[in-house]
Amino acid sequence: MNVLVCVKQIPDPNAPGKIDPQSKRLVREGVDLVLDPGDEHAVEAGLQIVEQAGGEVTVLSMGPPKALDAIRKALSMGGARGIHVQDPGLENSDALSTARVIGAVAAGASYDLIICGTESTDGSTGAVPAMVAELLGLPLLSFARKLTAEGKTAQIHRQTDEGYDIVEAPLPAVVTVTGGINEARYPSLRGIMQSKNKEVKALSLKDLGLEGKAGKGALTQEVLTIAPAEARKAGEVVEDKGDGARRIADFLAGAKVI
Amino acid sequence: MFPPLYRIECALPGSVDFYNTDELLNDEERLVRSTVGRFVDKRFIPIVAEHYERGTFPMEIVPELASLGLFGMHLQGYGAAGMSNVMYGLACQELERGDSGLRSFVSVQGSLCMFPINHYGSQEQKERWLPPMARGEVIGCFGLTEPEFGSNPAGMATRARRDGNDWILNGTKRWITNGNLAHLALVWARTDDGIRGFLVEKGTKGFEAREIHNKLSMRASVTSELILDDCRVPASSELPGARGLKGPLSCLNEARFGIVWGSLGAAIACYQSALEYARERVQFDRPIAGYQLTQEKLVGMITEITKGQLLALQLGRLKDRGKASATQISMAKMNNARQALQIARDARSILGANGISLEYPVMRHMANLETVLTYEGTNEVHMLAIGEEITGLSAFK
Repeated sequence: MNVLVCVKQIPDPNAPGKIDPQSKRLVREGVDLVLDPGDEHAVEAGLQIVEQAGGEVTVLSMGPPKALDAIRKALSMGGARGIHVQDPGLENSDALSTARVIGAVAAGASYDLIICGTESTDGSTGAVPAMVAELLGLPLLSFARKLTAEGKTAQIHRQTDEGYDIVEAPLPAVVTVTGGINEARYPSLRGIMQSKNKEVKALSLKDLGLEGKAGKGALTQEVLTIAPAEARKAGEVVEDKGDGARRIADFLAGAKVI
Repeated sequence: MFPPLYRIECALPGSVDFYNTDELLNDEERLVRSTVGRFVDKRFIPIVAEHYERGTFPMEIVPELASLGLFGMHLQGYGAAGMSNVMYGLACQELERGDSGLRSFVSVQGSLCMFPINHYGSQEQKERWLPPMARGEVIGCFGLTEPEFGSNPAGMATRARRDGNDWILNGTKRWITNGNLAHLALVWARTDDGIRGFLVEKGTKGFEAREIHNKLSMRASVTSELILDDCRVPASSELPGARGLKGPLSCLNEARFGIVWGSLGAAIACYQSALEYARERVQFDRPIAGYQLTQEKLVGMITEITKGQLLALQLGRLKDRGKASATQISMAKMNNARQALQIARDARSILGANGISLEYPVMRHMANLETVLTYEGTNEVHMLAIGEEITGLSAFK
């Protein structure tokens, strides 16, 4: 079972993010850059698959030279090799360009599974995996909170508001995983040392035959304006007149928590 | 695991790095630091206060310490991670940002037990002990200090006498970290042929570990006395490569190097706690961080941390090239432990009464650092070793 896991390096989501008003993008300079925590679950899911079924995990990231750190982190968790797509033309790419890049990488190899996080923690479009599946003509198994792959079939438990659906698709397939699917392992110190010797192939738009088809000159989306999220409103104060427990239970049921 | 009775101590995002020393680290080094740091924040800091109060070491995290690869991390082969000295230092920094007891546990296992077995042991000893020690299945301790011989280990009273194919050990070792947790004790003893090291397994007749109670420092660490009473061990338990005091002293050099970085970690924890507190604590209608006397303390802390980081890093680079001398390590150990203790005391004063509580890390670190100041070479002995180096005159013997 050969698995391609797509990862992204993002500004540390634990630090307060700043948006550059000019580029309308998150500031990446002078902040800690980390492997997207959502992608750690994707890496873990991939590693668990190959630990059971054999094969190896290839880690793919598209990003500036620093994004190599995120690939190395995934390799130190146990990924076998990396692919780093970097090209000045890909700066400020949109979701479709990103998907075309992933699609071009995947089309050149035979992966049984392409695993992504549900969405990136910084951009949060959540559109790339579906676009990749569409471009490659593969089934999409999204919002997986459980993933198994046996023989020629992948099965997931798709997270829903009420519970989960069991969904199956033939391999190869694209899967997106939620944060609840697993607890991502820490890279071991041995893994960090070994990751230095693992191959990370650098690819450009030209290498992928995507010049003019992705990134600059091929963008289909543009960020026009940005606005701060609406401030959280004051909560409801429940005064207990003997019915407090019931009202809390009703509230939780209303929020579909219980 | 203990329920979190205490408020979880806040780990501020980002590292304390006033001089951009991060630029001097490579990607792997930063990844080692963040990996160990995240583990300490998530798994250790939430439980340390409870253990500190009870006077116990959290043995439940030992399997995780092992799977991270922390035991013997700077050794090569036998399941060890094979890291550089700088990486080892950064890991020690993050461990001691949690607690000096955690760093001590890892230091003793790696630098004081696995290092000498790897360096001075027979092939059979290495193969037998190093892999299970790297996996955390065998815990080691290091018996050098005695009740009457601390700074002067050359005077040790513990004796090893040859009896046929065996050795008979007699004596007492004291202040031995992990003594009661250990499956294996490396005991240094005087023979007719100078000082030698012996691997004594727990349960050997005539060997006993007694826990030292009533400690006011290093409470989340187990400290013991080792008693050897006609303890008979086979000749194969002797470390064949260790001859004389330079055997144990070389181990201490390794461990002291960890203290250089570890004490920085404790200092960083105290600084972060004091800075956060001073910004939030309002007295006379404004945050106490806005008062000059508080700023003087905070600036003193960050300045000493910055100096300590540069000292540690250059020492690590030297050590990675095999060029770090014992007195260079002495200087950094002396300085960083001393400054960390002062930083902890200043942090304690900024936190006022809250500073004495286990809800905050500062007094715990402060009490620990009183030990760190004197163990593995007191402040004074390191100073006089450097004094001897620069003057050519010994002032202590």
